[in-house]
Amino acid sequence: MDEGYITADGRQIGGVVMEMKNITLRFGGVVAIENISFDIREGEIRAIIGPNGAGKSSMLNIISGFYVPSEGEVWFHGAKRPQMRPYEVARQGIARTFQNIALFEGMSVLDNVMTGRLTQMKSGLLAQALWKGKAEAEETANREVAEKIIDFLEIQSIRKTPVGRLPYGLKKRVELARALAAEPKLLLLDEPMAGMNVEEKEDMSRFILDVNDEFGTTIALIEHDMGVVMDLSDRVVVMDYGKKIGDGTPDEVRNNQDVIDAYLGVSHD
Amino acid sequence: MVQTQSGADGHRSIPALLDRNAKQFGTSPAYREKEFGIWQSWTWAETAKEIEALALGLINLGVNEGDFIAIIGRNRPYLYWSMVAAQSVGAIPVPLYQDANAEEMAYVLDHCGARFVIVADQEQVDKVIEVQDQLHQFEHLIYLDPRGLRKYDHSHLHEYSHVQNQGRAAYDEFINELTARRDKLDYDSTCVMMYTSGTTGKPKGVVLSNRNVIETAKSSSEFDKLRQDEEILAYLPMAWAGDFIFSIGQAYWTGFCVNCPESPDTMMADLREIGPTYYFSPPRVFETQLTNVMIRMEDASKLKKRMFDYFMAHARKVGPAILDGKPVGFLDRLKYRIGSFMVYEPLKNSLGFSKVRVGYTAGEAIGPEIFDFYRSLGINLKQLYGQTEATVFLTAQPDGEVRSDTVGVPGPGVEIKISENGEVLYRSAGVFVEYYKNPESTADTKDSEGWVATGDAGFIEEATGHLRIIDRAKDVGQMASGEMFAPKYVENKLKFFPDILEAVLFGNGRDHCVAFINIDLTAVGNWAERNNIAYASYQELAGHPRVLDTIQEHVEAVNKSVAADPMLSGCQIHRFVILHKELDADDGEMTRTRKVRRRIVEEKFADIIDALYDGSATVSTTTEVTYEDGRKGAISATLDIRDAAVVAVTQKMAAE
Repeated sequence: MDEGYITADGRQIGGVVMEMKNITLRFGGVVAIENISFDIREGEIRAIIGPNGAGKSSMLNIISGFYVPSEGEVWFHGAKRPQMRPYEVARQGIARTFQNIALFEGMSVLDNVMTGRLTQMKSGLLAQALWKGKAEAEETANREVAEKIIDFLEIQSIRKTPVGRLPYGLKKRVELARALAAEPKLLLLDEPMAGMNVEEKEDMSRFILDVNDEFGTTIALIEHDMGVVMDLSDRVVVMDYGKKIGDGTPDEVRNNQDVIDAYLGVSHD
Repeated sequence: MVQTQSGADGHRSIPALLDRNAKQFGTSPAYREKEFGIWQSWTWAETAKEIEALALGLINLGVNEGDFIAIIGRNRPYLYWSMVAAQSVGAIPVPLYQDANAEEMAYVLDHCGARFVIVADQEQVDKVIEVQDQLHQFEHLIYLDPRGLRKYDHSHLHEYSHVQNQGRAAYDEFINELTARRDKLDYDSTCVMMYTSGTTGKPKGVVLSNRNVIETAKSSSEFDKLRQDEEILAYLPMAWAGDFIFSIGQAYWTGFCVNCPESPDTMMADLREIGPTYYFSPPRVFETQLTNVMIRMEDASKLKKRMFDYFMAHARKVGPAILDGKPVGFLDRLKYRIGSFMVYEPLKNSLGFSKVRVGYTAGEAIGPEIFDFYRSLGINLKQLYGQTEATVFLTAQPDGEVRSDTVGVPGPGVEIKISENGEVLYRSAGVFVEYYKNPESTADTKDSEGWVATGDAGFIEEATGHLRIIDRAKDVGQMASGEMFAPKYVENKLKFFPDILEAVLFGNGRDHCVAFINIDLTAVGNWAERNNIAYASYQELAGHPRVLDTIQEHVEAVNKSVAADPMLSGCQIHRFVILHKELDADDGEMTRTRKVRRRIVEEKFADIIDALYDGSATVSTTTEVTYEDGRKGAISATLDIRDAAVVAVTQKMAAE
């Protein structure tokens, strides 16, 4: 079971990176997630889909350590993950983007991407303020990583532009750049294509595939657009009303009667 | 005719010039490229090493002498090196337009029978793979940027740096072979083959020899006294002969530095950072820049706008005269100085033209108003006339003799004459060898005495010896009334308005002229925003009544100015229509160098032309469009046709 598998396009997928075991999440009396288990394997693109209110974002927040499950366990790299603060999760190599873009609007694209490098900076506040010795070398090294990502995502022309002046599609790309700057092992994308036009979606899809291909990053994403999900992902978890109703390759999921019912509705007669 | 310049004698190929530059200017920069936010640079000595490694790698891959190597991608040092490496191993580089679709690419690749193709990235790799079944001689593909290509079958696919590494590893094995091949190159060996975009028919492969390229580079460099410390920005398509002669011919002859932008989108920022001393561009780039300046001035505060208008008016009055060193009164000079400080210098700086010593516009006629705008700022912008078949340079304007209506005097070693039917003919050291695999066209173009027909109608001004071009010879026609029909003259006047991107005039053999207009989305969009006009698409904006009103004003203004010219007063526009789509090279309506293909436009939009002539007030039409990825679609629209006021031709004509 732990050897992984080979994808349709011939990529070797590794062992389990993260495993969700019987996760339940309650807000007071509301059950947002009910007894869900699935795993994420190294190098794969794993999608979580479902209609509105299915609990997808809650699930992503549990993976990112922002929510603590009411019941169940999160296993990361073969060990149970204790309760953590978000920055501790970040240090473990998990980065994310947000459904409602959360960038520093007044700062330039480059500076926003550089903030993604924060967890990698070791020199102290004083050293950074004086910009001497190690801090200078560190900044240069971090800038290099940031520039490689800017080049990768083809946003050179807006490097110095304040994020607030950018159109929506580009902001999404900048957010991806910032997440990538942390050089994550696991990248969480919360609706990366929400509100985009077809061309922007195509671009974004290509970048997601390229990130996975080029850096070997494991990607877990939530998405509404079924077409995009089916094209991108290796395996898909389908949620509805907090329950898991399907899990498998895009083709398996597509033919799953429960999934079809959840998306298209069932007649009650 | 051949004069010698220090050390250059006997260097009869580009690789030989590279060798000279590596020895003479070893530590000066030869190439720069902005990557990862920093200008990376290579000296001539480093360049020679890089090219040598690639050349060895190409021999290792089995490139034979006489093979064709196609090169596709945006301007990058690595691709320029590919051209010189190809020459070094006795192969012939064939640069292609990177935005050509797979079909166009297939034609050219098959026509030259390229065994090897060197491309920039995955996009180009995909295109070549898509058409490889149609290519009989194609064997290996070398790519620069490995992104997204990891999963591809690598049996015929090689990464550029790997080819170089293999070349370096096989140094001892192949260096003698490389030296031998390089030494065999002489003035008659082929330097490069460029495909002409061709406003009619299939592209033709123009074969240029080392003699063509080096002699032309030499005489043109001397004409403008180019120096080893010039800086140029290479941003025009590598498949355009102009870029080849500037970025390879002249660069290798004089040893100056070629700077490549980070990406096409950053070109303007990179231009400002580099501050080139020698700059060239088709009129369209100057038009776009001017449009952007005007748009930004519209958005500027009232005070700034007034200051700009005031000093620009003064610059128009005395700027060109000051630039040409003609006498100008003291007060005017002083005012120009103040204007320099307040307006001209900051403007030049933001355009990236602060250091330009010599600037050229070529490729098409430039609107006089645009031309004068740049010259009045003190930018030494000049006109150049030439074509691929002549290795670009035919005539150029000497410093101090610059006018917007001529294209200058014949360059050193160029002979120009006008045929009986008014067509411009030339003979020079730059005259191309032949059209590849097309002896009929070669014979049609080049006569037994070596005179080449340009296809342009023009005349030489007796007083000054300057050449003036009227239009493409085949486009110049007659109206039904017998008056001359010269469409470009009117179109250029229209295109000076920032709102108008493109115009096509019809009227050959008819009793009056009509026009198609393309609006400039940047300029008109900005205007719409300021006037609270909502629009969802190009088509909707183009059909907006207020846009039509504005364009009508422009057309009527042009009619007035055309009417003032007794020879061309018949070319006034009686009716016009704003097209629902931009004319596009992907749809075959323009060449890749963005010249309108008149015949194709005429055929494709025949229904609209009919409506323009039959007096109908609207026309419904459906047009097929091709998307960038080659898919096809259709857009349909109902277009309003407007009548424009024309100025009655005065009785004077008849009286004369």
